[in-house]
Amino acid sequence: MSSPVVHPAHHAPTGFIRRYIFSLDHKVIGIQYYFLAVFSVFLGMALSVLMRFHMVYPDAKVSLFEKLWPTGAPGGIMTPELYLSLMTMHGTIMVFFVLTTAPQSGFGNYFLPIQIGAEDMAFPVLNMLSFWTTFLALIVMVAAFFVPGGAPLAGWTAYPPLSAVGPLSGPGEGLGQTLWIISIAIFCGASLMGAINFIATTIDLRARGLSMMRMPLTCWSWFVTAILGLLGFAVLLAAGVLLLLDRLAGTSFFLPAGLLVSDQILNHKGGSPLLWQHLFWFFGHPEVYIAILPGMGVASQLLATFSRKPIFGYRAMVYAILSIGFLGFFVWGHHMFMSGMNPYSAFAFSILTMSIGVPSAIKTFNWIGTLWGGRIQFTTAMLFALGFVSLFVTGGISGIFLGQPALDLYFHDTYFVVGHFHMIMGVAAIFGMFAGTFYWFPKVTGKFMNETLGKIHFYLTFIGVYCIFTPMHFLGIAGNPRRYADFTNFDFMGKLMPVHTFMTHSAIFTMVVQFIFLFNLFWSIKKGKPAPINPWNATTLEWTIPSPPPFDNFAGKHPVVNHGPYEYSVPGAAKDYIMQSDPA
Amino acid sequence: MLLGPVVWVLTLAICYVFLGHYWWFPPPISQHGQAYDQQFTATLWVTGIIFFCAQMSLGWVIVKFRDRGGIARYSHGNNVLEVVWTSATAVLFIGLVLAGTRIWAAVHFEEAPANALKIEVMSKQFAWAFRYPGPDGKFGRTDLKQVNDQGGNPFGIDDKDPAGKDDITSASIKVPAGRPIQLIMRSRDVIHNFFVRELRLKQDIVPGMEIPFHFQADQVGTYEVPCSELCGLGHHQMRTTLEVMAPADFEKWLQEQAAQK
Amino acid sequence: MASSLTTDIVHGPPPPPTRNFGGGDGEPGGRGAHRRASMTGLLVLLAASVMLFAAFTSAFFVRRGMSNDWVDTPLPNILWINTAVLLASSLAIELARRALRSGKRTAFDRYWTGATILGVIFLGGQYLAWRQLNAAGFYLATNPSSSFFFLLTCTHAVHLLGGISALGYIEVQALLLRLGPGKRTAIDVSGYFWHFLDAIWIYLMALFFFWG
Repeated sequence: MSSPVVHPAHHAPTGFIRRYIFSLDHKVIGIQYYFLAVFSVFLGMALSVLMRFHMVYPDAKVSLFEKLWPTGAPGGIMTPELYLSLMTMHGTIMVFFVLTTAPQSGFGNYFLPIQIGAEDMAFPVLNMLSFWTTFLALIVMVAAFFVPGGAPLAGWTAYPPLSAVGPLSGPGEGLGQTLWIISIAIFCGASLMGAINFIATTIDLRARGLSMMRMPLTCWSWFVTAILGLLGFAVLLAAGVLLLLDRLAGTSFFLPAGLLVSDQILNHKGGSPLLWQHLFWFFGHPEVYIAILPGMGVASQLLATFSRKPIFGYRAMVYAILSIGFLGFFVWGHHMFMSGMNPYSAFAFSILTMSIGVPSAIKTFNWIGTLWGGRIQFTTAMLFALGFVSLFVTGGISGIFLGQPALDLYFHDTYFVVGHFHMIMGVAAIFGMFAGTFYWFPKVTGKFMNETLGKIHFYLTFIGVYCIFTPMHFLGIAGNPRRYADFTNFDFMGKLMPVHTFMTHSAIFTMVVQFIFLFNLFWSIKKGKPAPINPWNATTLEWTIPSPPPFDNFAGKHPVVNHGPYEYSVPGAAKDYIMQSDPA
Repeated sequence: MLLGPVVWVLTLAICYVFLGHYWWFPPPISQHGQAYDQQFTATLWVTGIIFFCAQMSLGWVIVKFRDRGGIARYSHGNNVLEVVWTSATAVLFIGLVLAGTRIWAAVHFEEAPANALKIEVMSKQFAWAFRYPGPDGKFGRTDLKQVNDQGGNPFGIDDKDPAGKDDITSASIKVPAGRPIQLIMRSRDVIHNFFVRELRLKQDIVPGMEIPFHFQADQVGTYEVPCSELCGLGHHQMRTTLEVMAPADFEKWLQEQAAQK
Repeated sequence: MASSLTTDIVHGPPPPPTRNFGGGDGEPGGRGAHRRASMTGLLVLLAASVMLFAAFTSAFFVRRGMSNDWVDTPLPNILWINTAVLLASSLAIELARRALRSGKRTAFDRYWTGATILGVIFLGGQYLAWRQLNAAGFYLATNPSSSFFFLLTCTHAVHLLGGISALGYIEVQALLLRLGPGKRTAIDVSGYFWHFLDAIWIYLMALFFFWG
C-alpha cells in the first residue's frame, strides 16, 4: 500500500519535469492519458486501414510496405502473417490503449475529482505511477513490431495453443508474443493502480452534501468501471502469468498432450486450452463495459445538459449501470458457445446475456425520454452524444442474435461479430470520447473548439462508420469468417468482394476525416475562441471553477453541494439551470 | 437538427438492404438449417422492429424538440413507463432465447442416432483430414509418431493395428444424403473450427479434446468448409469441402477407396 | 533527521475512521478523509489480490480435475516453521500497534523491528523450501501440482516483498523519530496488509495440504 496522502501545499511545483512530466496533478495526468490514447488511436486506425487495404488488394505492390516491414512485406506485397500481426496489434492497441485508457483514465482522471469537489485523486503518487506504467506497457507493445519475427499473430484474444507454443506455430509467435504478454501484464498492473485510486476517491473524497445519489452519472460510470477493472484485470494478470510460464518455463497449464506442431512433437501434457478462454473472457467481457460505460456516462451528462432537461429516470440509470457492472461478470461464456465447453452452461450464459440487454435497453429508453420535451441545442458535443445513442442501438441490437447459442452456431467468428463489437464497443465508445472532448475542451483549455469543423467532422464520421460497419453484418449473414487475410481461396467469398471494397473505401474516407479532428484539436488549443467559465450553462461542479482550473481545483475552498446533478428548466428558478453548488 | 433526417436515411437504407437479401445465407440443406432460419427470421423481425422504432423515434425527437426558444419540460422521469419497458424488453429477450433452445438442444444435448455414420475429423495447420473406419467398422489405433502428411497418413494410423489397415482417409468429407453423421473431431496443433454454412453448424476443434458432433444433410451437393477459428498464417486458405452424395454414390466411393488399400 | 520530537506523535488514539458510504459529508481536504481513503484503498487492493489468487485457485482446480498427471507435491517440513514465523511476525505487529496506542514508543520500535526481521526470515525460509523441493526433483515444470506450488508461493512472496517494504519504511521513519500524525495511517495500513498476507499464506497451506 502506498503511503498515505500528504498533499503538497496549494501551489503547483515549479520545475517543468515535476509539473508536466512526472506530475502528481490529476489534471496533468488526465491529459497525459488522453494524448497517449490519441497517439494510440491514430496508430490503431492506420493499422486497420492497412488491413482493409490488404483484404481487397492482396497482391498490390506498395514500396512503403517493404520499407516498413522488410520481412513481412517482401517486394512490397503484404504477407498473410503480416496481415495477422496488424490485426492482432490493431485489436490490442485499440482495446487496451484507447478504449480502456481515454474514457476512464483520461477523462475520469481529469474530471472525477473536480466533479466530486476534491482537490486531487486520493493517491497522487499512485496515479502518476499508473500513467507511466501504462506508457511503459505501450512501449513494450509497440516494440513487438521490431523484434525478429515481428508482432504476434494470435489475435487480441491470444488463444493457446497458437499463442503458447512459440515460433513453431508461426512467425511473430516468438519474442513478439512474449512481449505482447509482458505488455499486457504491465498494463494490468497500471489498471489496478488506477482502479484503486478511482474507487477510494469516489467513496471518500466527495464534497459535503454530495451523496452517492447526487453524483453526476459520469462519476457513477467511472466508479463502476473502476470496480470492473479491478476485478477483471487481476484475473487477466493471473492468466497472463500462466501463459508466460507455458511459453517460457515449460509448464502445461494451457497445453494438452499430443501436440504435433510443424512436425515436432511437444512435451506438454494435460493442460486445457479452454482454461485460458475462461480466464481471458472473465476479464474480456467486463472489458467491453469498461470501454462503453464511461461513454454512457458522458452521453447521459450531455443529453441532459443540451436538451435542458433533468435526466429521465436518474435512479433507473444508476441501477442500470450497477446491474450492467454486476451482470457483466456472469456472461463471459457467451464468447465460448462454440468452444467445446459444456453445452448446458451455454444455456445459463445466454439467459444472463439477454438479461444484461435489459439494463442497456433501459438506458436507451431513458436517453430518448430525456430528449422528449426538451429544448435541444445542437452543439458538436451534443451531436456526438446523439450519435452515440444511435450507434449504441445499432450495435446493441445485433447482440440479440449473438447472445443466442442457437444463432451463434452460424454467426460465431463471422463478420457479424466484427460488425457488432465495432459498432458498440469501438465506435460508440469513441463517439463518447469525441463528445467528451468537445464538451470539456473549454474547461481544460479555456477555449472553444471550432464548431464548424467539429460539425463537418461529426457528420462525415457518423456516415463513414455506418458505411464501414453495417456491411459487416451482411458479410456475416453470408458466412464470411473473420480474421482472413484474403478471400481468394473460397468461391462463395468472391461474391462478397464488392462489399469488402465498399468497406475499405469507407474506412479510408473515415480515416482521412479524422485529421479534421486532429487539426481542430491542436488549432483550438492555440487559437480557439476564448470560453467563459460555464459555456454550456451546465450544473456540475467543474463549471464553477476557472478554465483552465487552478492547481488545486477549488483554490483551497471546499464546495458544498445542495442539488442533484441535472436540475435544468426548474419551474420558478431564475435561470434555466440550478448548479449543484447553488444555495438550497 | 440535420442529424434527425440523417438518422432516418441511414435507418431506411439499412432496412432496405436487410429486406432485399442481397448478401444472404445460402439455402439450408438440413432440417436443422430450416429450423435455424426460422429462429433467425423471428429474431430479425423482433430486433428489426425495435431497431426501426428506436432510430426513427430518435430522429423524430431530434427534429421535434430542437431548440425553438420554448421552455423544456421539467420532469425526472416516470416510474410506470420505466417498469413497463423494463419488463417488456426482459420478456422479449428471454423469450427469444427460450424459443431457440430447441435448436441448440437438438445439436448438443441429443446423442447421435445409433445408425449414424462415424467419421473422424483431424485438423491441423492448415489442412483437414477425414477418416472412415472401412469395411470392418472400426477405427485403427493412432500414434503421433507415425504421422506422415506426405505419405498419406495425417492421422498417424498405427501400422501394427489390424483394425487400421482398411481405414480410409480423405482430404475432403463425403457423406451420404439423408443419413445421420457422427463426427469425432480432433486437432493436433492449435484450435480450428469446422463450419458448413449450408448446414448452419459450426464447432471449434480443440487440441486435447475429442469433440463429438452430429448432423444430417439432405441435399446432394458440394459445400465449402472454411476454418473459422484463427489458426495461424494460413488460416484464410484452410479450406475443404463437404460433399453430400446420393447414398448409392457414397457406397460406390467407399468401395473404390477400400479397393485401393 | 531534522524532525523534532514534537512531530513524532507518542500516544493518543488515531483519528476515528468514520465510514460513511452514503456520505459526501467529508471534508475533502481534511485528514480524516485521507485516512478513510487510505483504508478504502487498502480494501480495494486486497480485493484485487484476492481476485488474483482466486483466479489461480480456479485454474488449480480446473487443471487438477482434468488430468491424470497430477502428482501431489510433498510439503517440505520447513514450511510449518515458516508458517509459525509469519504468524509470530503478525503477532509482533499487533503488539507494536498496541504499544503505540498506550504510548510505549520504545516498545513499539522493538516489536516493529522484530516483525520486520521475522518477515525477512520467512522469505529466507521460503527460499530454503524451494531448494529442498528442487533437491527432491520437483521443479516448476515437473508436474501441474509443483507448477502451482511454485507459482502460488512465488506470487505470495512477491506480495510479501511489498509488505516488507512497507514495514521497512515505517521502521526507518520510527528510527528517525518521524512518526508524525500522518504515519499512524501508514502503520495501520501496512499492519492490516501484513495480516492479509498471513491469511493468504494459511489459505495456501490448506490448499496444498488438502489438495496437493
